Amino acid sequence: MGLLALFRRSPPSAHVAKERLRIIIQQERDKRGGGPDYIPLMRRELLEVIRKYVNVDPAAVQINVEREDGQEILEFSVALPEKAR
Amino acid sequence: MTEIIVVTSGKGGVGKTTTSASLSCGLARRGKKVAVIDFDIGLRNLDLIMGCERRVVYDFVNVIQGECTLKQALIKDKRLETLFVLAASQTRDKDALTSEGVRRVFDELTAEGFDYIVCDSPAGIEKGAHLAMYFADRAVVVVNPEVSSVRDSDRILGLLSSKTKRAENGDGKVREHLLLTRYSPKRVAVGEMMSVGDVKEILGLDVVGVVPESVDVLAASNAGTPVILKEDSDVSRAYEDAVSRLLGETVPLRFVDEPKKGFFARMFGA
Repeated sequence: MGLLALFRRSPPSAHVAKERLRIIIQQERDKRGGGPDYIPLMRRELLEVIRKYVNVDPAAVQINVEREDGQEILEFSVALPEKAR
Repeated sequence: MTEIIVVTSGKGGVGKTTTSASLSCGLARRGKKVAVIDFDIGLRNLDLIMGCERRVVYDFVNVIQGECTLKQALIKDKRLETLFVLAASQTRDKDALTSEGVRRVFDELTAEGFDYIVCDSPAGIEKGAHLAMYFADRAVVVVNPEVSSVRDSDRILGLLSSKTKRAENGDGKVREHLLLTRYSPKRVAVGEMMSVGDVKEILGLDVVGVVPESVDVLAASNAGTPVILKEDSDVSRAYEDAVSRLLGETVPLRFVDEPKKGFFARMFGA
């Protein structure tokens, strides 16, 4: 680590890797069993509805089922493209 | 009691064979009777890493198809009295390996009083990988701190909990252990590489070993000497620790932190 590194702004790549893995592995575990099997279809249909109004990228739609203390939370997030804002 | 350990990963090139060879040597060096078996049918390689490639006469498939006895096919290690290698066949026919055949070989090894059967799994999730894990009591999942390796090992964890004899019969889970290889504390310290803690958290496994990135691994494979036998090497110490943990001892993790640098080294050092 030299002087320049002290001014680095972007998050460390290891952090990015961890976050990406956390999301994709959770999705794949849900698919394998335990998780609801309607998620892929629901994701597709939601995407179609959203696209009637805003042209979002498929990757911008995230659906996660989280389990905490015996409760299941369906988490749904859509990142709108730059132009739509 | 014979314990069956599969060394697996999903992804290729992460160090399954290196790990199989070193763990087997480590267990044998502590007096355990060990058979290490190459399940990579068509792509035999464990023999090279163990340094016994010129002594292979019969292989795993020969035993399964009754072309020789198990005794004839087991290659006795020249360094360790209680270590035996069973080489993979180089036939291209992957169906040569059958579940029934593997079971018979394992039964015979059990009857012969082996303490451990170490199964060196091929990469991927095809038949060879499936049979390597099917009878396992424990799994050592070899992972590089890198996205594709971590994702693939999670697939393998899914298979371990559904496509194994233990899972099918409901007689307890396969005990899963995480073994990180090619670990670079220096890169972890600057945020370029996921840490042991990160990978452990994502996969939800207990850590049986962390093997640092080192030139010693290639040197050992060049020589046909399992790297655990190399003297004065951090890799060898890391594998020795992993063997201790497999045997149930509590050993603190080593080689996971970068040695602290002084002010000038941090400012101007590489």
